[in-house]
Order: sequence, then structure tokens, then C-alpha cells
Amino acid sequence: MAMCEVNGKTFETDEEGYLANITDWNEDIGAYLAQTENLPLTEQHWEVVNFLREYYNEFQIAPAVRVLTKAIGKKLGPEKGNSQYLYELFPYGPAKQACKIAGLPKPTGCI
Amino acid sequence: MAGPEIKAPAFREYPTIPVMQPGSMAGLKPFVANDKVQEALGFPTQLAENWQDTHDAVIAKMGELLGKYRSLKVYMDACVHCGACTDKCHYFIGTQDPKNMPVARQDLMRSVYRRYFTPAGKLFPALVGARDLTREVLDEWYTYYHQCSECRRCSVFCPYGIDTAEVTMAGRELLASVGYGQKYSNEIIGKVHKIGNNLGLPGPALENTLEGLMEDVKEDTGIDIQYPLDVQGAEVLLVTPSADFFAEPHIESLIGYGKVFHAAGISWTMSSKASEAGNFGMFIGNYDQLRKIAMRVREAALELGVKRIVVGECGHAWRVAYSFWNTLTGVGAGASDPFAIQLQSQLDHRYKQPSHICEFTWDLIQRGAISFDKEANDHRIITFHDSCNVARGSRMGDAPGGQFEIPRSIIHAVANKYVEMRPGTTHEQTFCCGGGGGVLTDDLMELRVKGALPRMETIKQVVDGQGVNFLATICAICKAQFSKVLPFYGFKSSMIGGVHQLVSTAIRLGDK
Repeated sequence: MAMCEVNGKTFETDEEGYLANITDWNEDIGAYLAQTENLPLTEQHWEVVNFLREYYNEFQIAPAVRVLTKAIGKKLGPEKGNSQYLYELFPYGPAKQACKIAGLPKPTGCI
Repeated sequence: MAGPEIKAPAFREYPTIPVMQPGSMAGLKPFVANDKVQEALGFPTQLAENWQDTHDAVIAKMGELLGKYRSLKVYMDACVHCGACTDKCHYFIGTQDPKNMPVARQDLMRSVYRRYFTPAGKLFPALVGARDLTREVLDEWYTYYHQCSECRRCSVFCPYGIDTAEVTMAGRELLASVGYGQKYSNEIIGKVHKIGNNLGLPGPALENTLEGLMEDVKEDTGIDIQYPLDVQGAEVLLVTPSADFFAEPHIESLIGYGKVFHAAGISWTMSSKASEAGNFGMFIGNYDQLRKIAMRVREAALELGVKRIVVGECGHAWRVAYSFWNTLTGVGAGASDPFAIQLQSQLDHRYKQPSHICEFTWDLIQRGAISFDKEANDHRIITFHDSCNVARGSRMGDAPGGQFEIPRSIIHAVANKYVEMRPGTTHEQTFCCGGGGGVLTDDLMELRVKGALPRMETIKQVVDGQGVNFLATICAICKAQFSKVLPFYGFKSSMIGGVHQLVSTAIRLGDK
């Protein structure tokens, strides 16, 4: 557990650097979390991050990789609707790395 | 993830016994469960402030376990330090840390056992290798009992049949019971109780995911294949690891199960209550958790009124189902409470209860109820990785060794090109993937990469020698672990997949 501060807002992260409380999230904190992953954020990254947050708000879980690729494909064009595109954006894996930046809890289990 | 770069150990020219590097893994500990995680399982949240209290609690609990599990007492007493197990552990081979020799890992506990539970150790500790329980010893337990995947390969070679996994389980049970639990496993168990599965996938998300899957399969095949949830009165309840709903390549096998049910015309359902086959209660050695998690399946089966229970591709789930459901919940036979009796009368006893999805599919193949275009898998040269808990903790079919033969028979029925890995590393002597038993977590990545070495060496032989490009397994942990560690050894992570992924590719579904 660690306390961090970005632009005057303090928030807590867990042992692995995931945001402890999802309601603390804002774009500055997202950018900060991306920095901890050494990942410069582009507009394409934000498209994915925003989709993850929308999905989470509805279902209280991150989308399955398949759901994510399909949704991204629908929204941004079929050439982006594949896991290769997502892995290029988030080299450590969209499920874990993109979730971290979006402030979502880490997906657990046999994945 | 940001952090020190992990390098895979070099392939060995010959699989010789590695040179020891004492202490090389002493610094690697998984994250400790926080208060919230421990509390949710009814464990103390922290170690006692006063060491003596923790010390006494551990010794008392150890006495309780020794009384409850005769096996543990036998394992503590029986070892003669012959050394047969030393080089059989993938973690010792990959890390070279002598404390990862199975005998040494057990001795971390055995030395304490001797001190407090044997006359010689009470009177002459130094003469019999007995030692006091100290904070340092407890930390050592935490470190090394989380560097064991409970795969039981060492036990195959032990002349006394000592089951190291049970010692590891007891070690973890002792630790969790005094407020020193592991975050990864305990957090997951909490999610099973709260949400229904290891992933934390709530019912509506599960429904949404399955609907999307039906659309995808329709797009691929032109056929409406159902992936039903909570259907009352279905013939079969399929219980599968939640990773099958979420991760790649796991989901390809789930697609395959659905095609098998469709082609055979058997009604089936999954359950939002029992939306997880995995049972991490076994990994942490806690009987109450093991039972509580298993009970969800029995409750779901009763509520849905199904006639058969089938378990999907999950290694340790099948061990729990095949070996423990009997006594845990009466899903098999033998339990005598009213609900178990009701379940027994409800289930169709012409079939094995429970059945593995491979037994289910193989039965249909033998009866000619499903058929295949084997050529559809011709782009694949396949090898099969036996998963520990299936290989050494369960069986399938009617004959000894069915757990080895049935998955292979399915592969032969659906594909033309198949290669075995080196003898001595398959069947009951299979090497662990390196991620089983509650260590499949990012904080243990170094262990996972190094522990995969012996399996990677045999994969390299068949990749270089016979052009293998598909590694088939029937375990969600194996699939996730291989996806992550294959690239460390220069292989593509896309070569890993499920047996029912191969079934899915070749199965005939009728007219489009």
C-alpha cells in the first residue's frame, strides 16, 4: 500500500500499484499510473482506457479480451479490432496494464 | 510490469543435476494478504504483536494438523533423506536454490516438528536436526512454501511416497491461520465467495460475455450454437474455470465445449452461482474453504435439476472433483445427508458423476455421435502437456492411465499430426508448467520463468526436431502460465491452447 499525490489529489495504490479506490480516478491519475508503467499515453491508449471505464461502470469488471477487441473494432474500425493492436498499445497485456491505467482492480485468477 | 528484468535460465545441453546456489531465491516472497483479504476468509488479519503468541499459535495449530491428518505425521516421520527427490523438482532445477529441493523444503517444517513433537528433539535438539520456531523460520516457510506448485512430481520418485504437496499445504495452512496468508490465493477465494468465481465476474457480465460469444461463433460457423446460463432442467451442468470466459486461449476451449454439446444434441447449462471450477481452497490447504467452494457446485446442481455434472479444462478442479467431491459434498457417492441423497437420486448414474469434459467428448466420439474433419488441424503439429493435478491426482475413464490416454485419443481423433515429448517428462512424470498451486501471480514471475525450464527444454526438443507448433493442455493455469513464459524461452505465446480448441477446429456441425 502506498499513498500518492497528483496535482493536489491524494490517493492510495495497492502493493502492485493498482488504484485502491476506483472513485479516486481522474485523467491526471491515469497519466501518472501510465508513467509507473513507463508507457507514454497517446490518443489511441485513451480510447481503450475510456472504453474500459465505461464497461466497468456497467458490469463491475473489466471486459474479457475478446469483448474488448470486438468493441474496439466496432468503434474504431476492424483494423484495430484484434489483440495484436491492443498488445502493441499495452505490451504487458491489455487485461492487466490497461486496467491499471484505467484505475480498475487487477483481474485475478488463472489468466 | 515495471520491475527488474527477468531472464530465463539457459537451456542445459543434457538434463544434469544443477550446481547449487544457496540462497538464490531467498529474497522472493509473494505479497502478503492484507487485513481485508484475510478477514473475508475468517483468518486473523495480522501476526500477533507479541512473537510468543504467534509461536504458541503455530505450534498449537501444528499439533491440531498432525492429529487431524495422519498422513502429515507419517510424512514428518518417514523421510530417510535418501535424496531421490532432490533433482525432480522443476523449481530446484530452474532456480538452483537447495531449499527448493523437495526434501529440504519439507525439512523446513520437519525440523520444527522434531523440536516440539518428538522426544529426541525435545531433549537433544542439536543431535537430531531440530530447531526452535522463530520469526526467521516462519518467514522462511512463507518464502519457500510459496515456491512449490504442489505438483507432486517428487512424490512419484519418493520410495516412501511422501507427498510434498501436503507438507506445503500444511505450511500455508499454518501461516494463514496466524495472520500470514498469501494475497493472490486468498483474494481469489474471497471473490469466489462474494461474486462466484476467481475472476470476480458478476452474473450480468457473464451473461454479456456469453451473448457476445454466441454472436462470434455464429459469425464463424453460420450456426446458432448456444452458451446457456442458468437453464433450469438442462441435462448437463458444465462447471469450468472462469478464465474460460475471459482469457485467451482459454475461451477457444469454451467455444469447443459448446460445439460438442451442439453436435451431440445434448442440452446443457453453465451456472452463475458455480461459475468457477477452480478451488484454491486446496492450494492453501484449508479444508473448510475447500468444502465451502465445492458446495457451490452441489447447490447449483440441485437448483438447476441437472442429470449430469461435467468439469471443463481445469487441472486442480478435476483433482478436487474426482478425488474429493465424494467426501466434501456427496456429488459423487457416499455422503449421507438429505441434500446429498437428493442429488444422488437426481443424477443419472449411467454416466460417471462427475465426468471430465474429455471423458464426455471421448464417449461421444466412440459412439460415433460426433465426427471430425481432421484435416482442419493440419496446420498444427501438436504435442500434449500432461497437467500435474490430472496426471498425478486423478483418473479418467475405466482403465488405469485413462487420464493420459483419453486426452491423447481425442487429439488423435481430431488431428493428424501428433508428437510426444521425451519419455520421463510426460504422463505421471510430467513436469509442472511452473505456475500451478497458487503461484500464478506477477509477484512470483521470476519463479515462474525459472521453474518452467525443464518443460521448456522438452518443448524445444520437439519444436526443433519435429516442428511442433501447438502445445495442448487441459488446465487453465497451464494455459495462462505458458502464454506468459513461452516468450522468455524464445517461443511464441500463441502456440499454447486447449484440447477442446483442437476439437473446436475440426468438429462437423452439420449443414450451414
